[in-house]
Amino acid sequence: MIASSRDTNARQAFSNFMLVFILRRLAQAVVVMLSVAFIAFMLFQYVGDPVTNLLGQDATEEQRTALRKDLGLDQPFPVQFARFAVNAAQGEFGISLRQGRKVSSLIVERFPATLELALVAGLIALGFGIPLGVYAALRRGKASAQLLMTGTLFGVSLPNFVIGIVLIWVFAVELKWLPSFGRGEVVDFGGWTSGLLTRDGLLHLILPAFTLSAFQLTLIMRLVRAEMLEVLRTDYIRFARARGLTNRSVYFGHALKNTLVPVITITGLQLGSLIAFAIITEQVFQWPGMGLLFIQAVQFADIPVMAAYLCLISLIFVVINLGVDLLYFAVDPRLRVEGKAH
Amino acid sequence: MAVDANPHPTPSASALRGFFDGDVWHSFRSSPVAMLAAVITLICFVCALFAEVVAPHNPFDLATLELMDSLKPPVWVSGGESKYLLGTDGQGRDILSALMYGARISLLVGIASVLLSIVIGVSLGLLAGFLGGRTDAFVMRICDVMLSFPSILVALMISGVGRSLFPNAPDALAFVVLVLAISLTGWVQYARTVRGSTLVERNKEYVQAARVIGVGSFRIMRRHVLPNVLGPVLVLATIQIASAIITEATLSFLGVGVPVTSPSLGTLIRNGNDYLFSGEWWITAWPSLTLVLITLSVNLLGDWLRDALNPRLR
Repeated sequence: MIASSRDTNARQAFSNFMLVFILRRLAQAVVVMLSVAFIAFMLFQYVGDPVTNLLGQDATEEQRTALRKDLGLDQPFPVQFARFAVNAAQGEFGISLRQGRKVSSLIVERFPATLELALVAGLIALGFGIPLGVYAALRRGKASAQLLMTGTLFGVSLPNFVIGIVLIWVFAVELKWLPSFGRGEVVDFGGWTSGLLTRDGLLHLILPAFTLSAFQLTLIMRLVRAEMLEVLRTDYIRFARARGLTNRSVYFGHALKNTLVPVITITGLQLGSLIAFAIITEQVFQWPGMGLLFIQAVQFADIPVMAAYLCLISLIFVVINLGVDLLYFAVDPRLRVEGKAH
Repeated sequence: MAVDANPHPTPSASALRGFFDGDVWHSFRSSPVAMLAAVITLICFVCALFAEVVAPHNPFDLATLELMDSLKPPVWVSGGESKYLLGTDGQGRDILSALMYGARISLLVGIASVLLSIVIGVSLGLLAGFLGGRTDAFVMRICDVMLSFPSILVALMISGVGRSLFPNAPDALAFVVLVLAISLTGWVQYARTVRGSTLVERNKEYVQAARVIGVGSFRIMRRHVLPNVLGPVLVLATIQIASAIITEATLSFLGVGVPVTSPSLGTLIRNGNDYLFSGEWWITAWPSLTLVLITLSVNLLGDWLRDALNPRLR
């Protein structure tokens, strides 16, 4: 009787806590997006005069006033901001100053290239990072594992573009095995282009994807190693051994499974940084993605493109962070135990 | 500005000095990695600082440049000349000299931005930790938001805004924008660290005593709390110099960093990158190697310092 009422109370408290947590996170996400939109709006309004940008230097004063009125620039500040936010929410950021095309269509064109690069890099990081991490943990103290760990030090401290340059030098210039420039042959699916389906496209993807994944790969490897070492010390692993299970089943069935929650969380969080760091990789390999578009926008002070990229990437980050926060809350056993233990 | 404004060493400051006399020096002498890193760092700093004296040529003196000497390989490759130890670039500049001048710019920008982010971060961290309440919440929210974006993205954004605000900026202003871009992304770490230690310090007796005798909040922060929260900042700063140098190199490599007239290591790598395909590997390889050497040894030095100053690890 007492136990069950405690149980209900705990559950009640837990779900309240969870609700507050989710609401707070949501509110924070909205505030972040609004402030990013505000920064983008300020860029539009005060950095570079939009009227001069559209009409050129030698327009008459009447033309300017007319355009100012057309664009709604004579209206009060809050009204302008509201209109900007509504437009931005619909993906409408105006015309690129440099390319003279709609920003939204430029971004839509470039987005698949970046997304593919980031996803493949993420898969490479997981596919190599987890086995190597397990290996380094199981062979701890042996020379091969030591060498591997020293290697990761370079992955962490080498600047990303240097890794790219070295890969180009070795595999494209000296060995001439792989292409190092652009995306190669792509297949077009009504607006979505993919390089994953042609041999040429895949070959072009190898070097950039490995470059982009280098940092995440070493991060995942170190994380898996640390988690594995921790788990291998626990009682249930000893018990599994005592039961006479094979090494294979102990390591992969019991130990590895329990290291994967933090690994997946970190990888999820890192997907955003993969997209952001793709800026550098895309510059090294002249990969025609959003990052290259953004770099050119920064170089030429192309405000609409910069603002659009800022809003889009912030949205991606906010969504990923929010998703991982909620997921983490859902899968963290300690939080669940509080509700069920009694 | 207020960092060294404390004429009377507090007990912890003199303890820190004793620390350096004894254990830390000993730990330094017994760590070959730390000593090697220190030697490399020292060599790079000296070459960069005294580039005019040490460098065999002045790569920016157009009068001495010979187009005939362009694209010479390093001296041990056939076709190399002993005049140009590491070879020359497309304009006939001596790579070794360009490296020294470039490293100077890289180190200068790196250190300047770390100093600026220390000033910003420590001040905001002190204010947040000491005043608490709304100030604290406000500063920490900004930190949270900044941390949720990769620093390179924030730095690119600031540099982009700087570029659009001053389209035809003189070179000096380009440096200011660059340093601002790097330090406005780097201050968060300091703010969080200092806030943490300030929260501990502000409840200690010496702070209460100062309050009781009527010392103002800002004076307490500056004269009493500040010297006691600077220890971790020192360690953080060493590590942050490496990442500031990398950020600078990345921005310059992307073409939005230092002005082309005063190339840093990143600019040199960017320039050399174009020659990679025609087989002139040395133009981009040497600056890359220098960059890696500098950041790696500064990082190792920082790691060692962190371990040496951490009492829990001893």
